[in-house]
Amino acid sequence: MTNSQTKTSVVNVQDLHFSYPDGHVALRGIAFQLCQGDKVALVGPNGAGKSTLMLHLNGILDGRGEVEVGGMRLTRDNLPVIRAMVGLVFQNPDDQLFSPTVFEDVAFGPLHMGLPEEEVLARVDSALEAVRMSTYRDRLSHHLSVGEKKRIAIATVLSMDPKILILDEPTAGLDPRARRTLINLLRELPITMLVSTHDMAMVKQLFPRTIVMDDGRIVADGKTMDILEDEKLLTEHGLEKP
Amino acid sequence: MHSDAFDRYHHGHSAVHNLDPRVKVLVTIAYIVSNALLPDGAWIAFVLAYAFLLIANLLSGLGLGFTLRRSFVALPFALIAITVLFSIPGDPIAEFKFLMWNFVVTDAGFLRFVSIVIRSWLSVQMAILLVSATEFPKIIHALNHLRVPTIITVIISFLYRYLFVLADEVMRMLRARQARSAATAGIRSGGSLIWRAQIAGHMAGQLFLRSYERSDRIYNAMLSRGYKGELMTIHPHHFHKSDLMIGAFSILLFLFLQIAGRL
Repeated sequence: MTNSQTKTSVVNVQDLHFSYPDGHVALRGIAFQLCQGDKVALVGPNGAGKSTLMLHLNGILDGRGEVEVGGMRLTRDNLPVIRAMVGLVFQNPDDQLFSPTVFEDVAFGPLHMGLPEEEVLARVDSALEAVRMSTYRDRLSHHLSVGEKKRIAIATVLSMDPKILILDEPTAGLDPRARRTLINLLRELPITMLVSTHDMAMVKQLFPRTIVMDDGRIVADGKTMDILEDEKLLTEHGLEKP
Repeated sequence: MHSDAFDRYHHGHSAVHNLDPRVKVLVTIAYIVSNALLPDGAWIAFVLAYAFLLIANLLSGLGLGFTLRRSFVALPFALIAITVLFSIPGDPIAEFKFLMWNFVVTDAGFLRFVSIVIRSWLSVQMAILLVSATEFPKIIHALNHLRVPTIITVIISFLYRYLFVLADEVMRMLRARQARSAATAGIRSGGSLIWRAQIAGHMAGQLFLRSYERSDRIYNAMLSRGYKGELMTIHPHHFHKSDLMIGAFSILLFLFLQIAGRL
């Protein structure tokens, strides 16, 4: 990894706080930066605030503090433009795939953006190509296996040509082969990504940088190698060395 | 984050909360029947019935205006009765023209309309109080004791149980759509109205498919734990003398209302 100072910042979060309406405090002053091409793992125990943080990066949740995407400060007015830059893939692909066929789901984003028809078709094809699912174009989403659904879910945001991909537990519930395929896919995608996961083996293989969250705070942010060697840190925050 | 917008139960330890659920269900039904039987324009009886409701509100510890605030949501349904304004013969009191029809509001029609709205309004409030001061399983259990067919109580309890699951699913689906509802600078985004309606239709269809499949899985899980068509509960009711007194007193009061309404 080259010095991140020289690269363009894609996501910049400063002092982000958020509480759910029931009073549960989920984020207590989050600050971090992602640069172009960074592939970063976000780890931490259940309930640490990982998903809540991710939902802030394209303005689904709106906490106190600053979120900057692609150099633009996230406000109500530029939400749609920011959503085109941030590809958010939810943990449960069934939530993400709400259309009857794979094609319609992958086309949803580009169609919503008002792109011309040829462009939409081209984007759907290249997104499906990128996740190696071109032959699934006309399949019915609810007949697919979990691994296939996960890859289609990634295609549904790739078709929007995002600047950053945000994935919530992409390998959860996959069989070893589907997991391997997905890891290879993530490795090949030439795009900035932030991936929340409990899969520490994948973290070790795939991500040069790791952010550790616990109880709404970032408790460590650095080279994955260093973090995985710090056994005290790992035990303290309910993690395990792969 | 979960949607519990439908759960109307308010925890408490008031006299109304602690009343035997069977008595509460019976009194609520009796109250509703009594309201329905009151003749048009029985103002004194309406006022007395409202007083009964207010006292119940007060005793429940939820506040005097509690059910009133929540009842407005049901009021539009009572407006279906608007046709009686024109359809009951009587002396005309107002007249207006709508397209090619002439509508004549009669005094008898007006009286009946107002009476219907008051009746349904009072009844809805009592039902609101019942579900606010009684835990849902207790209502179901009371219905079982009152010999409501099992199939109906089972359907109601499953409806209630999975309504929340379904609402959560809807919320997550809407959120996923929101996350991809993007725009490019300079191009009109959002697609056509018809396209958006189509997407909403797809979502509803997906939801139906998944609920259908889920119901299969749930039923299998029930069977594998020995389900034989009846949900068993251990939920003993302790019937106190005071429960009987309150129940009997309420029913007597409703009889008195009927007499007062016909004087």
